[in-house]
Amino acid sequence: MLNYIASLGRFGMHLIQQYGQAGVLLSRTLLRLPNPRKGFPLVVQQVYAEGVLSLLIIIVSGLFIGMVVGLQGYHTLAKFGASQELGPLVALSVVRELGPVVTALLFAGRAGSAIAAEIGLMKATEQLSSMEMMAVDPLQRVIAPRCWGGFISMPLLTLIFNVTAVYGAYLVGVKWLGLDAGAFWSNMQASVDFNLDVVNGIIKSIAFGFVVTWIAVYQGYYAEPTSAGIANATTRTVVYSSLAVLGLDFVLTTMMIGGW
Amino acid sequence: MTHLIDIKGLSFQRNHRPIFSSVDLTITRGKITAIMGPSGSGKTTLLRLIGGQLIPGQGTITIDGQVIHKLKRRSLYQLRKRMGMLFQSAGLFTHLTVFENVAFPLREHTQLSEAMIRNLVLLKLQMVGLRGARDLMPSELSGGMARRVALARAIALDPELIMYDEPFSGQDPISMAVLVKLVHTLNQSLGLTSIIVSHDVPETLSITDYAYVISDGKVIGRGTAESIKHTDSAQLQQFLQGLPDGPVPFHYPAINIEQDLIGETR
Repeated sequence: MLNYIASLGRFGMHLIQQYGQAGVLLSRTLLRLPNPRKGFPLVVQQVYAEGVLSLLIIIVSGLFIGMVVGLQGYHTLAKFGASQELGPLVALSVVRELGPVVTALLFAGRAGSAIAAEIGLMKATEQLSSMEMMAVDPLQRVIAPRCWGGFISMPLLTLIFNVTAVYGAYLVGVKWLGLDAGAFWSNMQASVDFNLDVVNGIIKSIAFGFVVTWIAVYQGYYAEPTSAGIANATTRTVVYSSLAVLGLDFVLTTMMIGGW
Repeated sequence: MTHLIDIKGLSFQRNHRPIFSSVDLTITRGKITAIMGPSGSGKTTLLRLIGGQLIPGQGTITIDGQVIHKLKRRSLYQLRKRMGMLFQSAGLFTHLTVFENVAFPLREHTQLSEAMIRNLVLLKLQMVGLRGARDLMPSELSGGMARRVALARAIALDPELIMYDEPFSGQDPISMAVLVKLVHTLNQSLGLTSIIVSHDVPETLSITDYAYVISDGKVIGRGTAESIKHTDSAQLQQFLQGLPDGPVPFHYPAINIEQDLIGETR
């Protein structure tokens, strides 16, 4: 019994230590002012690596998810004679929930895992140590640009996902199933509120981008410098990010709907 | 001040395992000092302690009058600009070409023009014989070439102190001879202070001015190459001559092999 309590205590201490370590890493990364001349090109590179290179998976996923929601929504609404409401159904589902959440999950799998693996490998091959010995701070040179790249990319990817998903629903609902295009767009316009729906969705995506990138850089920076260690860090990045996104989505949705 | 580095009463442990206990050593300015010892004796750890990447449990490491582990980040980085370090794995940036790797510290710490950076990089690469390899990626280099590029990068800012971590291990005879000559030539021509951490005894002793041998967390021998070679210590002679039997056991502590083979547990 005592051993059980002791191991529980050790686990708790380890968990708190990890949270503390992650907090210190983030504060050191973001509070040290970067040199704009050197820092800006590095951030642009990371927006390309994390954002532009994720475009394909985001666009394809957005299109198919929009098409599926359109198809399911049409048949469900038709039972109640409300198929003209397909536009609002798709737009609200995508802009409020599916857009930010699915983009964040895809971002964690595509960019988050790549960030963790790259930083872990740089650590294992002594690239971070050699940078330190050259009097170059790895937090500013390697970690900070990846953080900012993630923070900037996620909301933009979410917007692109939203547009693509709505277009996918339009293809199914209007072009395939024969809904009236005017009703589809005008009902959507009348039902979607810019501040309550679009802006809240973007706020969610900013929060998700922050959390996913933070988890990825933390897991990479503190990865055990072995092949198994890097593999574990990559896996943990995807698992923890996905769970964090889903949990955080519930909290944010509750706050936005006014439950708190 | 003739001593660039002064280490006093250094103790360090990792995961409750003592690596050093009360180690004293000095590194003389302008000389090549070797730190030798068996694998796992903490040689690389000592370099990391000197570089301020690790903090000693007890004792002090003073570099040019500054206690390195008590420096603020800014002062530590200023001091590191005067150091170069050649890592065992070279530590080249895999996404940059050979040219860009060598140019990296110049771009980070100077305001030199592109033309000046180009000339300096080509001169450093010429010193290590790899000017023609400037456009290659690190993945296209052999182990010896990668270390020579890392050496060019380490001397890019003309440091006062350069630390070599196992520069000769895993090298073919030609690469090893080239590296030995290069380390010696650089030290003489640039007036550097060099620390070589190695367990390649003949190569290291052939160019070193002074050597320390560490084992079991302590300095077990010190002196010039000649005096080290002729020391009476059985532990030192076993290491220098590579003898399997002696005070340093070949086998990791274990129970008797007969008992182990008869026993059923793993």
